[in-house]
Amino acid sequence: MALLEIRDVTRRFGDFTAVNNVNITIEKGEFFTLLGPSGCGKTTLLRMIAGFDLPDSGQILLDGINIVNMPPEKRPIHTVFQSYALFPHMTVAGNIAFPLKMSGKMPDEIRSRVRESLDNVHLSSFANRFPHELSGGQKQRVAFARGLVNRPRLLLLDEPLGALDAKLREEMQIELINLQQEVGVTFVFVTHAQNEALALSHRIAVMNQGNIEQIDEPSKIYGFPRNRFVANFIGKINMMDVQVLEATYSHLKLIVAGLGEVTAPGKEGVKAGDKGIMAIRPEQVQILHHAEEAEVKGHFPGKVHDYLYVGNVTTYIVELANGIRIEALLPNSTAGRAKFFEVGDSVVVTWQHDASTFLND
Amino acid sequence: MQSRNFGLWLVAALVYAFLYIPLVIVVVYSFNDSKLNTEWVGFTLFWYEALFNNKEMLIAARNSLIIAVSASICATVLGTMAGLAIHRYKLKVLPILVFTPIAMPEILLGVSLLLFFLQVLNLTLGMVSIIIAHTTFCIGFVTIIVWARLQGMNWSVFEAARDLGASPWQSFRLVTLPLIMPAVVAGALMSFILSIDDFVITFFTKGVGEPILPIQIYTMIKVSITPEVNAISTLLMLLTLVMIIIATMLDSGVLRGEAKQ
Ligand SMILES: Nc1ncnc2c1ncn2[C@@H]1O[C@H](COP(=O)(O)OP(=O)(O)OP(=O)(O)O)[C@@H](O)[C@H]1O
Ligand SMILES: [Mg+2]
Repeated sequence: MALLEIRDVTRRFGDFTAVNNVNITIEKGEFFTLLGPSGCGKTTLLRMIAGFDLPDSGQILLDGINIVNMPPEKRPIHTVFQSYALFPHMTVAGNIAFPLKMSGKMPDEIRSRVRESLDNVHLSSFANRFPHELSGGQKQRVAFARGLVNRPRLLLLDEPLGALDAKLREEMQIELINLQQEVGVTFVFVTHAQNEALALSHRIAVMNQGNIEQIDEPSKIYGFPRNRFVANFIGKINMMDVQVLEATYSHLKLIVAGLGEVTAPGKEGVKAGDKGIMAIRPEQVQILHHAEEAEVKGHFPGKVHDYLYVGNVTTYIVELANGIRIEALLPNSTAGRAKFFEVGDSVVVTWQHDASTFLND
Repeated sequence: MQSRNFGLWLVAALVYAFLYIPLVIVVVYSFNDSKLNTEWVGFTLFWYEALFNNKEMLIAARNSLIIAVSASICATVLGTMAGLAIHRYKLKVLPILVFTPIAMPEILLGVSLLLFFLQVLNLTLGMVSIIIAHTTFCIGFVTIIVWARLQGMNWSVFEAARDLGASPWQSFRLVTLPLIMPAVVAGALMSFILSIDDFVITFFTKGVGEPILPIQIYTMIKVSITPEVNAISTLLMLLTLVMIIIATMLDSGVLRGEAKQ
């Protein structure tokens, strides 16, 4: 049985629907991420799982039992708040001991569990400090420790790394993955940073305006976005308007206005005559000097319009015959090389047909 | 630049002199060995002795203390609850209801309370009516102080307590109350100070029975201004001063004290 099941959950604030008929099933031990732009309803959904808010309709099942009407303190679910929400009048040890005390653990056990927990987050020497005497990253670790110490069935994390600078954020991401693997607690993680979601999660639910757009593994979300929103929100992607010429189980023949025919992997429910978008990631696009080099079918001539060098990679913008611009990402893996093409070079653009995706409008 | 600075200092000094010289005079003359408040004759504790032999004054002081303690306890409990409710439920009407008595002219409050006690409650005026009246005008101050403190705090701290397994009561006792404690204590001390020297509302709601300190003092100076009044005023000042010192120390101290639990 799934650990957490969210069934047809809807939450409205007046006329505004913050969470719209959401269905999610989360398995035990998963690192599950809710990803979406600001205001899409992530926190609202999380608050309903934690018990701070009631859905207008729908059910939330934990181990098969509907917990919608259970007060937050009765739910074996803990939350790590974005603002940390550490108790300012308690020491680090006092904060971590709090959930243990509330569940009526014996003083001896509390002491040893707090010590162990402090060890896990490398804060043993900070036990007697107060929250205001800690750095942001240290506060963050105390919040993790406090959320995990009483071994909840589920840990909810609402943009816990949002307030940290980029470098610390990356460190904490790695620490978070390790922590989750060590304790084996199921995580529901909220973020609006797509790279963070891709790096951390077993599965991601992409949310938009209260709706779930797609639930999948990171590589599927990135590689096979289900619609225009997901494709656009996760990473960069080239899009071209296309019409379906021929649809079979294995592939689609698409026609790009002013450019010609391209092939894309087959997709369920698509039929000839459908209009939509062909999407291809910049790193899947290759640039060649001459058409003969292309080992793949389908290549299009163009001119290098511009490029952007950022160190490890260079993004080239190539203008194709029909005026469409397409981005191609090339790694600068050759020593000393930063540029393979100059602005104005005549080139040929191509890609493996199974790297592209057709998206219905 | 220099002279402007000097000007500012001078104004400040004058303002403080204006505020404190009368108080100093009262204190000094309470030790003056003369029945008149005109010239310094010599040091004596006679007026304090007289004060402590003045039966009626002692009863008045006792009554005032009972009223101030009771009213500030009631006002602190109710005011804290109101502050929490206004903050928690974002109530629109309650703040107006609670804060109006603060802005209301005291005389109006006194008259309306008097009518309320006599005509609606059919209450015999006395200690109880005074305590209710004082509680009424103190609640607003406690509420404002507690509410202001809550607004400066991160609400998710209280949610975190519930989230981590605390019942509503545990969450109040272990997290909310310790965090608002400085405001609660400040509100209680404020109520005490407001209550102990209140004249107007007390005058309207006291009835004929028990003597009450501020009114007793007023009656004394109607006859003649004796240094005994200076003595009782000095003691009152001392009490207030102690309260203020406690209040300022608590603001930072309570938090640290609580943290050691
Ligand atoms: N108590 C409330 N009353 C009215 N509207 C609300 C309330 N809480 C949230 N909303 C609205 O619901 C929408 C979703 O809010 P929510 O906080 O869930 O967004 P979010 O996805 O967590 O965004 P962010 O990434 O900025 O935290 C927002 O448009 C917000 O204005
Ligand atoms: Mg949010």
